[in-house]
Amino acid sequence: MGNGHRPGHRGRGREGSPSPSDGERVLVLPGEEIPAQGLKPGPGTYRVNGKTYASLLGLVSRRPPVVRVLPLSGRYIPKPNDVVVGTVTDVQGTFWLLDIGAPRWAPLHMTGTPWKIDFGETEQYLRVADSVVVAVESLEATGRIGVTMNGDGLGKLEGGTIITISPAKVPRVIGRGGSMISTITRHTGAKIVVGQNGRVWVNGTPEAMLRVRECLLLIDEEGQRSGLTQRIDSYLASTGTPGEGEGPSHGEDGHRTHRPAADSDEFDGNPPGSERRDPDEDA
Amino acid sequence: MGSVGAAEVPVLLGPDGRRIDGRALDELRPIKITAGSLHQADGSAYVEWGMNKVMAAVYGPREVHPRHLQENNKAIVQCKYNMAAFAVDERKRPGLDRRSQEISKVIAEAFESVIFVEEFPRTSIDVYIEVLQANAGTRCAGIVAASVALADAGIPMVDLLPAVAVGKVGGAIALDLRKEEDNFGEADLPMALVPQSGRLVLIQMEGHMTREELSRSLDLGVAGCRKIYGIMKDALRSRYSPDAPAPRAEVPA
Repeated sequence: MGNGHRPGHRGRGREGSPSPSDGERVLVLPGEEIPAQGLKPGPGTYRVNGKTYASLLGLVSRRPPVVRVLPLSGRYIPKPNDVVVGTVTDVQGTFWLLDIGAPRWAPLHMTGTPWKIDFGETEQYLRVADSVVVAVESLEATGRIGVTMNGDGLGKLEGGTIITISPAKVPRVIGRGGSMISTITRHTGAKIVVGQNGRVWVNGTPEAMLRVRECLLLIDEEGQRSGLTQRIDSYLASTGTPGEGEGPSHGEDGHRTHRPAADSDEFDGNPPGSERRDPDEDA
Repeated sequence: MGSVGAAEVPVLLGPDGRRIDGRALDELRPIKITAGSLHQADGSAYVEWGMNKVMAAVYGPREVHPRHLQENNKAIVQCKYNMAAFAVDERKRPGLDRRSQEISKVIAEAFESVIFVEEFPRTSIDVYIEVLQANAGTRCAGIVAASVALADAGIPMVDLLPAVAVGKVGGAIALDLRKEEDNFGEADLPMALVPQSGRLVLIQMEGHMTREELSRSLDLGVAGCRKIYGIMKDALRSRYSPDAPAPRAEVPA
């Protein structure tokens, strides 16, 4: 692996997700000793009698001063400012509980929404099974995950479908500088919101949503291989249905509903009430 | 060939030191492990061990139900060991019984001692072990399957947890009993080992042994666990190594 990555390149990958920054990537299993080379034990490792061991199945990452293991599987572990797609599982007087695929349900307080809500009116805005795009705001030692809906690209999701993939594969779905996601968007014309928790909201024609799903599942299956963007590109080009109206010819600029390269404006889910349309669709 | 009551006791140990299935005393049955064989679970594994067939699924860490079981400073580990009605010759009465409750409890406690439960307060890590076909040693096969499933689920732990049973058959100490040896042997001693520290986190015993036999049994069991440890690691490696073929070939619609 690592063909498509420059060894020694540093810092593009997000913390906790496999990143190409370490040159040779070594797979370790729980209980295996990691040569720590004087580095401090970080997440995914533990130290006994001066030796460092992996506590997770994953790839070893040495970023002085710490050595850590980046997980390849498992539930979504929230990090502050992550944008995630969640589903309402419970409604209380002042807050909703959201399933974001993390170990705990995340409370979304009504003050964390753009709406003015009186006590008890929460259910008029979001009900069980509604889906939202929210950002992780706070993590407490109790395991509580605070989320907010105030921010660019955050809000309730209307229509579309949610496809769940492994959170470890999210960087591959986005691709280098957003290359993968823009390829998929360009070929299908679907609107896509990728949550860091591996939940991907897709909206478009039924055909487009199915094709996006195919791509996402393929990435989920084979995300560890190189050259995926090209494979997805040729797959979509070969299966493009003529007459769909969303052919590759349109989509050079307008369909980029998603620009994940920068950390802040990563997500483009439309807030409620401001149904923004893609410029191409208006034409 | 004598007889005890009505049951015909087979010759468990031949004059050549070979066992009923031709194995040597320190030989394991063939073991095949597949990691990540289920879709819906956070982690899963399927184990074929001799004539045992065991599936394990792990969910979590996730919200605790019922709430009152929740612990403020750590995750709880819940285990459900279940044997299918069709897993044995005579139909097994389905559902919870004393045996499965006991096995569930000791397995949950063994895993709780190796999982870093403090990392996930107020959550539950749920381990499901389903025995599809049984031929002695199903709790050990269940632990092996569950341990691979836990690693597949990305749950942090001290180490994988290989397990094996040692027993006394025909007067000799033997590794990894099969059904006839378990039924007609003199003793059965399942154990689970933490290879990293050398600790045993599960030992049970049925039958009789001398102290000297017990200590030899433990040595034999630990050596057996280390062999199984290698097979467990190979299963996870082939599931996750970058050039491995995609394991979950078909995706449900």
